[in-house]
Amino acid sequence: MLNYVIRRSLYGALVLLGVNLITFMLFFTVNTPDDMARLNIGGKRVTQEQILKWKVERGYDKPLYWNAAAGGLRQATDTVFWDRSVSLLALDFGRSDAKAATDIGHEIKTRMVISLQLAVPLFVLQIVVSVAFALLLVFFKHSAIDFWGVVTCVLMLSISALFYVIVGQFLFSRVFHLVPISGFESGLDAVRFLVLPVILSLLSRLGSEGRLYRAMFLEELGRDYVRTARAKGLSEPKVLFDHVLRNALIPILTSAGSYLPYVFLGSLVFESFFGIPGLGSYVIEAITGQDFAIVRSMVFVGSVIYIASYIVIDVAYTWADPRVRLA
Amino acid sequence: MMPKFVLLWSDVVVLATLLLLLAYALRVRASTTLRATWLRVLRDRAAICAAVVLMVFFAVAVVDSLHFRRALAEVAGQGEAAAQAYGTRTESLLDVLLARQVAGRETSYSAPLAIRGFTKDSVEVDGTIDRRYPRLRHGGERLADDAQWLGDVLGRAAVGLGAGLGVALLCAAGMAAIVARVNGLRLGAAWQRLRAGQTDLPLRAVLVTVLVLCALFGPLLALAQHYHVFGTDRTGNDVFYQALKSVRTAFVIGTLSTIATLPFAVGLGILSGYLRGWVDEVVQYLYTTLSSIPNVLLIAACVLMMQVFIDTHPDMFETGAERADVRLFLLCVILGLTGWATLCRLLRAETMKLSQLEYVQAATAFGVRGARIMARHIFPNVVHLIIITTVLDFSALILYEAVLSYVGVGVDPSMNSFGGMINLARTEMSRDPLVWWSFAAAFGFMVALVLAANLFADGVREAFDPRARSFRPRLRAPAAS
Repeated sequence: MLNYVIRRSLYGALVLLGVNLITFMLFFTVNTPDDMARLNIGGKRVTQEQILKWKVERGYDKPLYWNAAAGGLRQATDTVFWDRSVSLLALDFGRSDAKAATDIGHEIKTRMVISLQLAVPLFVLQIVVSVAFALLLVFFKHSAIDFWGVVTCVLMLSISALFYVIVGQFLFSRVFHLVPISGFESGLDAVRFLVLPVILSLLSRLGSEGRLYRAMFLEELGRDYVRTARAKGLSEPKVLFDHVLRNALIPILTSAGSYLPYVFLGSLVFESFFGIPGLGSYVIEAITGQDFAIVRSMVFVGSVIYIASYIVIDVAYTWADPRVRLA
Repeated sequence: MMPKFVLLWSDVVVLATLLLLLAYALRVRASTTLRATWLRVLRDRAAICAAVVLMVFFAVAVVDSLHFRRALAEVAGQGEAAAQAYGTRTESLLDVLLARQVAGRETSYSAPLAIRGFTKDSVEVDGTIDRRYPRLRHGGERLADDAQWLGDVLGRAAVGLGAGLGVALLCAAGMAAIVARVNGLRLGAAWQRLRAGQTDLPLRAVLVTVLVLCALFGPLLALAQHYHVFGTDRTGNDVFYQALKSVRTAFVIGTLSTIATLPFAVGLGILSGYLRGWVDEVVQYLYTTLSSIPNVLLIAACVLMMQVFIDTHPDMFETGAERADVRLFLLCVILGLTGWATLCRLLRAETMKLSQLEYVQAATAFGVRGARIMARHIFPNVVHLIIITTVLDFSALILYEAVLSYVGVGVDPSMNSFGGMINLARTEMSRDPLVWWSFAAAFGFMVALVLAANLFADGVREAFDPRARSFRPRLRAPAAS
């Protein structure tokens, strides 16, 4: 298994290089370092010296991908792309391109802690609530509960998450004054600010998740081991909770695992709607501020987390199902 | 004077979709198996009703896609030699149909069906300045007295409802006539069968859907002749008009984005699944790399680049509408370029499975070339996957547009879209007193559209996927066979 993890990690590094190349090409096909300098220095008259100085300061003064002037191996290494990629792989993000250049690495660290406070409870509750809801529907299959439950699911998954947020904020914060509308405080006070985003995020995904898990459980219910369990005379709850739930772990892992990256990256919409200063709102700020250094760092962090999550899920499969062997 | 017809990029998409659908319909008619599968879709009551609703929305989108610029009246004295000048505004056929809504701009917010403004304003009455709710310029303009309002609204609504019911009745009669014709029955007997729900396709459900639609839109359209049915927004624009315009944006995003994924997904998926070896490795590397970038970030990065391009080339676009449209078009292309990984993975796996089957091996043994095998033997057998993914993605993309617009990388702010409406509604919902109508209108239209798309997609998936088991909930246990 160690072998497998190492191989996957090496492949991951290769993928990261590709990711970086894509972000670079996207940015520099329409933008030159000179444009960036002009945009960030601001003001009407920008002299060539100023631009040059900015480029040297921020490390954009070399050729982008290929340094034809240098000799030997330095043709590939004495470039902006090489410098940036190597420092990113060493998790050194440098400073943002904006005027008030902040240290991106520090920013990411503090913000990730905040994002995790929202995302970890959400991640756990999401699985528990969706599975419980789906089990309820499956337990009462062919009944009115199941029918109307699925109808509700289809309705709920047709509603944009933004509607949940707007209506939820309106009802709970403005009409009933139960929780603050938005903002964040560290420590225990955070709970007050996090309750509403967690609940609304749960609701906004319950429709699709509930329906997905329901189909999964029904698929499992049609299998032979279920018939055997019933033939042994086991009660229906026992069949459902002991046998079906255990066997449905793999598909549950797969679908829950696909949300793992967002646990670290934070939910863009929810963080910025509720004014939670996590990674999600950092991304939105960077996008609106057109700060390439931040966007590039976040793309990189996101990809690292994505690749790592998939390795974690694969390892988790072996725990959920001993028959799975990683080779 | 002839107006100048303008064919925007996204118009081409909507009209091409229409033509493609018609061509596909002809093909379905000709093929027995395809016809049987699509009949299975249509026998699904939820799917056929959803199809009716989708058709109404699509009709709105098509009408909104016929664009032109009005010819300006010639300036006297310039004679024939002067080139014909055209208006700077690009209008669509829908704008002409809703000319009253376009022209009837108020100064600021007004509630649905209101005849007075939403906020007080200083008005001069008999020489003294008075703070009062100003009379709207266009909402209920023919009413002399505020007291007439209720009677007028009810009267118009009743007329509209009557007209709507009339249309529904005509539809019912037409349907009965068709049933009679197809089954060789008399009209009365056909109606009996229709009413009892004993037709092959669930036509009774369709009829109920048509009835509901007519009963909703009849009064709505009747009232729209004299009022702002869904109120006006901050700059006084009619919300009903905005909601209708947003339908086209949603359709373009839903269709074009999936069409844009197809070349990569289908081409690379089949190639890598059939050829294996290094081609497979390269394709796998490509889609792993693409899908490991967080989706929103990748799209945001692309959109920012595109915006820079549009800003630095202002001379390429004649009008603001063209610029907004190019942005919409490119947004869809970006969504397509970043979103092909899932379908590609699916097609690769399916192709791998298919290329092991006897009929493909037989073709190889006969010396058929690889390209021909992929085109003639593998592609037709994965089409169902493409259809299922396309219809499933449609609603997801419409929902996604709202999120992207919120992040600030969606469609051009000057273009009407559900995302833009929700975005504005967000600040309106925190006003006091509450401005709720934009939000409600966006909600109603969007949910109707997405729900219909979802229900239709479910029907399609069930009919097309041979492995999909129906987990549809039923109120009664199925009768023992």
